[in-house]
Amino acid sequence: MVAIEILDLEKSYQVGFWRKRAKVALRPLRLTIEEGEVFGFLGPNGAGKTTTLKLLMGLVFPTAGTARILGRALDDPQVKSQIGFLPEQPYFYDHLTARELLNYYGQLSGVPAKGRAARVEQMLDRVGLSDSAGVQLRKFSKGMLQRVGLAQAILHDPKLVFLDEPMSGLDPMGRREVRDMIQQLRHEGKTVFFSTHILSDAEALCDRVGVIHQGELRGVGAIAELTSQTQGRIEIIFYAPRVPAALTQLGAEARVSGNIVNAVLPEKQQDAALEVLRHERLKLISLTPVRRSLEEYYIQNMRPIEGPKEEGPKEEGPKEEGPKEENRKGVGV
Amino acid sequence: MNSSRTDARIGFIAFNTFREAVRDRVLYNLIAFALLLSGSAILVGEISIDIERLVVVNLGLTAVSIFGVVIAIFIGIGLVSKEMDKRTLYTVLSRPVRRWEFIVGKFFGLTGTLIVNTLFMAIGVLLALLYTAHRFEKMDVWVMVAVYFIVLQFLIVCALALFFSSFSTPLMSAVFTFALFIIGSLAEDLRGFARITHGAGGVLATAIAYLVPNFSALNVISQVAHGDSVPGRLILYNTLYALLYSTMVISGAVLIFQRRNLK
Repeated sequence: MVAIEILDLEKSYQVGFWRKRAKVALRPLRLTIEEGEVFGFLGPNGAGKTTTLKLLMGLVFPTAGTARILGRALDDPQVKSQIGFLPEQPYFYDHLTARELLNYYGQLSGVPAKGRAARVEQMLDRVGLSDSAGVQLRKFSKGMLQRVGLAQAILHDPKLVFLDEPMSGLDPMGRREVRDMIQQLRHEGKTVFFSTHILSDAEALCDRVGVIHQGELRGVGAIAELTSQTQGRIEIIFYAPRVPAALTQLGAEARVSGNIVNAVLPEKQQDAALEVLRHERLKLISLTPVRRSLEEYYIQNMRPIEGPKEEGPKEEGPKEEGPKEENRKGVGV
Repeated sequence: MNSSRTDARIGFIAFNTFREAVRDRVLYNLIAFALLLSGSAILVGEISIDIERLVVVNLGLTAVSIFGVVIAIFIGIGLVSKEMDKRTLYTVLSRPVRRWEFIVGKFFGLTGTLIVNTLFMAIGVLLALLYTAHRFEKMDVWVMVAVYFIVLQFLIVCALALFFSSFSTPLMSAVFTFALFIIGSLAEDLRGFARITHGAGGVLATAIAYLVPNFSALNVISQVAHGDSVPGRLILYNTLYALLYSTMVISGAVLIFQRRNLK
């Protein structure tokens, strides 16, 4: 079943003193996310990730287009009881304790009074804040606030969780904890839509990613497919004190680390390279095809758009290979 | 999200607003100042032979009114903008909470805070009166009516602060609200001016005179300080006026906030 269906959603703001200039924040976006999927929305700061999330949360109103969540329109009251949202770098009511805050959000989300307190304690425990539950939030560190943020997003057991830059500003330990939590949500069958500009997180967690830049969706693809594409090159690792001259002649780019050589060369030279190793009596460690990394895919999609598209009237639609229809599942670019 | 839950959600938001406000230390400083002023009224009263009561009531209730307005503006202007700046609003409105419920909840929370504050400050004034007269007098009831009218003023001030903060910066909201409080306190004079002005200027003056909140009608401090009674009809009219005016202003705030993009 489709969890999120975004149909040509777009947003532009009127800027300038007389508010006559239109600043395009999001170009027509068409995207579909299936239930149970972990979807990463990648892009640099100001790319349109947060705008998309705000549109889906009903915090800003679209200039055009529409979206459906769990088959319902965004303004359908039923939708909001089934979604959880963590904004970027969240701050909460300074004078409330973590327990009071979660109880308040539980009340607003319609968590029944009976069992609410137990649910709050369960969430505090899950994010590792049981010991600080009675401390006012103004005394919390950034990482602790992020954990409270995660707890409030999943408190009411939503089907869909939207996370805006959930790892931003966290130390490695904190990032690990958030990653574990997203994995856990996946195992519980939740749909997770999260924005990030940390590619390693996306690569580790997502089923699919979408790359957005300058308000335009540049591509959508399944991580497994994106990173399985070979690039016509192989990587050979073997024991040797130096790079054999015969290998260099085959066009290998090699580096030596201790007594291990790492060489990358064209796929067609594979047999010749192995023959060199045999001839030199060198011990092979591994031979693997060079695959495209998510980073390369991301960089490839960061090409600048021709023409003055950042500001001005939003008459043109996406000029790219149109991630319009082909982005349901699989590679969209 | 059915209608039976709406009142509950408004109640939760109101209670949370109240709880946040009462835990803010700045509030206690302001109340302490007001109580100090009421206390100092005793000293001033003691050197004012025969008019001790007049001085205590005048100074005490004026302190209650001014500090209450400062608190109303101070908290009211930040209610929406602070939630937007800190993005707490995002986590509230991404739940089954309608935007109007949020505004109305905030309004009730703020007025609740002010009612409790006023109660404390009014107790200070009553204690000052008890100190000067050594007993409560019958006419002290009218002092309580004056306090009630001050609360009605706060109702309108809260609504105005919330209204301006629904589309403006905290600083501008404070300026607008305070300016309207000052103009509204001179509403009777403005109406008098409108009566003697003719032509387009007269129409404009009349429109402004009736559009600005009539805080002067809600100010009976001087009257009760002299021991005069307050007619029951005025209590009824003032109550209806304050409720109607604040409802209209809050409706305006809701209309603006409903359409606002929360950037």
